[in-house]
Amino acid sequence: MSVHGIQVTINGRRHDASVEGRLLLSDFLRMHCGYTGVHVGCEHGVCGACTVVVDGAAVRACLMLAVQADGAAVTTVEGLAGADGGLHPVQQALRDEFGLQCGFCTPGIVMTLAALTSGTGPPGADSLLAALSGHVCRCTGYQGIRRAAQKLGGGTQGEPA
Amino acid sequence: MNEMKPVEAARYVGQRVPRKEDERLLRGQGVYVDDVELPGMLHVAFVRSPIARGRIRSIDTSLAREAPGVYAVLTAGDLARFKINMLSFYLSAPAIAIAPLATQRVAYVGDPVALVAARDRYLAEDAAGLVTVEYDEEDPVVTLDDARSGPLVHPDTDTNAAIAMGEEHDEDIEQRLAQAPHLVTATIKHQRVAQSPIETRGVVVDKHGDGELTVYISCQSPQMAARYISLALGMPQMSVRVISKDVGGSFGLKVQPWREEIAVVAAGIVLGRPLKWIEDRLENLTAANQAREQEMTLRVAFDAQGHLLASHADYHLNNGAYPHGADCNIAVSMFLWAAHKMPGFSFYTRGWYTNTAGLAAYRGPWAMESLARETVLDIAARKIGIDPIEIRRRNLVTRADQPCTTPFGIPLEDITPAECLEILLEHLDVAAFRAEQAAARTQGRYLGLGFATYIEPTAGSAGISVLASDVAQIRVEPTGKVTAVLSTHSQGHGTQTTMAQIIADHLGVPFEDVSIFEDDSSRGGFGAGASGSRQAVAGGGASIKAAELLADKIKRIAAHLLEADPAQVRIEAGVIRVVGEPDKTRSLREIAELAYGEPERLPPGMEAGLEVQYRYRPPPLTLTSAAHACIVEVDAETGFVKIKRWLCSEDCGVMIHPAVVEGQIAGGLTQAIGCVLMEQVSFDARGNPTAVTYKDYLLPAISDTPDFEYIHANTPSQAVGGFRGVGEGGCIIGPPTLVNAIADALAPFGPIPLELPLTPTRILEVIEGRSLAPKAPGHAPPAAIPAAPAPTDVQPVPSPLAAQVPPPAADSSIDGTWKLVLATPLGPQTFNGRFKSAGNSVTGSLISDIGTENFQGVLDGNNLKFDLKVTKPMSLTLKYDIRFDGDKLTGKVKMGIFGSAKLTGERIER
Ligand code: FES
Ligand code: FES
Repeated sequence: MSVHGIQVTINGRRHDASVEGRLLLSDFLRMHCGYTGVHVGCEHGVCGACTVVVDGAAVRACLMLAVQADGAAVTTVEGLAGADGGLHPVQQALRDEFGLQCGFCTPGIVMTLAALTSGTGPPGADSLLAALSGHVCRCTGYQGIRRAAQKLGGGTQGEPA
Repeated sequence: MNEMKPVEAARYVGQRVPRKEDERLLRGQGVYVDDVELPGMLHVAFVRSPIARGRIRSIDTSLAREAPGVYAVLTAGDLARFKINMLSFYLSAPAIAIAPLATQRVAYVGDPVALVAARDRYLAEDAAGLVTVEYDEEDPVVTLDDARSGPLVHPDTDTNAAIAMGEEHDEDIEQRLAQAPHLVTATIKHQRVAQSPIETRGVVVDKHGDGELTVYISCQSPQMAARYISLALGMPQMSVRVISKDVGGSFGLKVQPWREEIAVVAAGIVLGRPLKWIEDRLENLTAANQAREQEMTLRVAFDAQGHLLASHADYHLNNGAYPHGADCNIAVSMFLWAAHKMPGFSFYTRGWYTNTAGLAAYRGPWAMESLARETVLDIAARKIGIDPIEIRRRNLVTRADQPCTTPFGIPLEDITPAECLEILLEHLDVAAFRAEQAAARTQGRYLGLGFATYIEPTAGSAGISVLASDVAQIRVEPTGKVTAVLSTHSQGHGTQTTMAQIIADHLGVPFEDVSIFEDDSSRGGFGAGASGSRQAVAGGGASIKAAELLADKIKRIAAHLLEADPAQVRIEAGVIRVVGEPDKTRSLREIAELAYGEPERLPPGMEAGLEVQYRYRPPPLTLTSAAHACIVEVDAETGFVKIKRWLCSEDCGVMIHPAVVEGQIAGGLTQAIGCVLMEQVSFDARGNPTAVTYKDYLLPAISDTPDFEYIHANTPSQAVGGFRGVGEGGCIIGPPTLVNAIADALAPFGPIPLELPLTPTRILEVIEGRSLAPKAPGHAPPAAIPAAPAPTDVQPVPSPLAAQVPPPAADSSIDGTWKLVLATPLGPQTFNGRFKSAGNSVTGSLISDIGTENFQGVLDGNNLKFDLKVTKPMSLTLKYDIRFDGDKLTGKVKMGIFGSAKLTGERIER
């Protein structure tokens, strides 16, 4: 089995590690680095629970190898809160709109919304809703998630996508 | 009657307060089972059967044992010393032997055969692939048709019918059906689905100390899991502590530990090392217990005006190989006509074994009753020529009709489905919709409107011992903060919030000051947690009663200290005041410090501290009512269904937290949308699962759900607090609402098949009037099994009595003690029977844990008949009809409206 040295910046901290070639980024973040907010729901790229932000883009950590993150900056849900410890606007919107129940899908949804709202202008609710169609939530029926996305996207855009 | 406190006492109940759970969950700081790490922990992977039915010839684990990082490879023999019994949710022994790892036979694809423990999951899976198992493969029994005609799934049983109840032919009902002006007959098929919580199953076991066990598990109740584990392992003396902080959904799947979890717990004891098993999604979609797969042929007779006259339901359930409970889902029959004026009803219901993954509960396990009734009511309305709303109005039990009883004798006092329907209609302009629908049809657009109404049994506590009660332990800590330890449990339900709202109100303290703990079985008492939509009712009632006791104690202490009348003491926002005497106040902290630290200042004889416990038994049944409507547009080109509007008018009594209530409804409705439009666990003819990832097993996405509209009615229930359960309803009423809307949209093309899921392919078959889909292989019987007759002309299952009884042996006598097993809807019940004959008369007694019942019977050759009146769980006369032969007996017991159950027995003493 091949072992590789990697250097990944996670939530602003540098991590040096030796990992096997086959180690998933999701397992690396959870087991090696302790970021258990990265949830694994399917391990085949459909549910979206494992979503993290790698160099600014939302990616599925179960579809990426740890070695592929060498040199990258990764943000997990644990790294989102503001400097004052307050909730990120995405987290706050989901909280205000009761966008979660069991919370298992939640970190992935938070990270997708955080990545898409990190630009300068409002992203538009439609593009947020389109991105969320790649996340499965089995609890909420998506009602609060949709309301949060509409808020974050800059208002209601008529009938949901 | 209603013991609810005056409404003005509520400050948090009824409010959309922020959930206490959300801050940690949004920050990724929840603790789910896979987040638990222990020193020296090993990871488990299972070796699973690749065939659905066969005998294990050999298992070779030698290569796997030598693989890197492997600590041990265990098979059934290594766990044999525990004599494990996989109990049902009711904690009764199963009708068939179920071991955690397969012993001589495998009974479904995914059946666990061996367990590998290794340094990490990657290495464990590597090694699992190196275990060689040789099988003698046999032709599997996959579908309900296969079960009726194929070989035995469990060779030590005498039929694949795990249980049969009711009457196939009820002369009186048959006559009423035959003579009625209108008779509607329909066969409704519900596919198999996966509960599919986004967090799969998982367990961590840690044996430590002097035989103590700590188990972390994804479950619906740590209390239930702890009790189950010690009983299943046959180690009631062992101290089992179960911890389950956050759970990523369950929906019935995790209602009890099952084979893999128990195998891991037993292996953890054998190996003496902490073990972790986290189910992967492939395992979850193939080997975890699944749900539904049932069919019903429902016949309903109406008079010329559309009033119900009589009905018969013929129901079949595919239990799989190892169901959580090998039953025939009696609640389906019980609630089919529970909210309707139905003069005559009978049913025949069977649960079948097959070589597929076993069945488990899924949100509203009896939901088939609503799907069948509501779709057939619409068919009837069309046939009779009345409006679907009108047929419901004519037949639903209204407030004015109550009190009354259902065909099963369940008392109805305060159900409101008819009223919910009328309220709903105030928010929906049906006439305008019909005009829009007609106009759309001229443009080739197909809109449809569907209705459904139902009642839902919640927090049932009668006759099922594990559901009888819940407990709340509340204390005001010396700091003045409130801690409550409850037997509730949240897998997303938000009970840390809702129970805190209730306690804050009834204690008079700020919501922020109340902390709820429900995650540790060693901290609190037994309760079944989340099952049967019971937590608001049972847990809420316990919380109210305990909070009231504690408030009373605080008031008595304050009155004593402040020299006031206890009746004049108020607790508001954590401050204790005396009415009319503004200078007489104390903080809760002051009272608490004194209660713990200076007990001599308490009223004479009062116990120190501020801690109380109350175990609450809710009413036997609390009924929730609802009416839903949905509007769809079906695309005639693609067969896709777009849901445009969905209205929910529900009556869940006093609402604790509207957003939590709405969240439960929306979640259930979305699962209903999945059931109706896309979800399907499927098998090929050899029993191989064919939807094994989320790419094949489709779940509803955000784009599949509309914005649900809620209309809340709030008729307080008889329970303390006035609450009614609301956890399962959406999943019960959702399917018929949507099916009826689709049927309405497609009415110009003719009737739709009542077979779920209504995929675009099936819908296009209706629209284009031709069959596009090749016959699904899963529905064809395997080659080796003769084709079964179509469901409509199914041969009756021979009654166990007629089929199995050999000719009587003239010289035998019934005298002596017999071990008897009765197959009841709650699982097999075992008891002893003592018989003593004198000529043609027999005296005897039936002896069980709950007592002894005596009877007098009549003997006719080798046939003994006697009646027994029982009062628990309800008043019933049980009619025993027994045939004995040597030291064996078989027979049946007629249990009033519940129909007949099979009895078997063995003489243990002459
Ligand atoms: S776990 Fe990565 S998408 Fe499901
Ligand atoms: S909140 Fe449970 S899966 Fe989304």
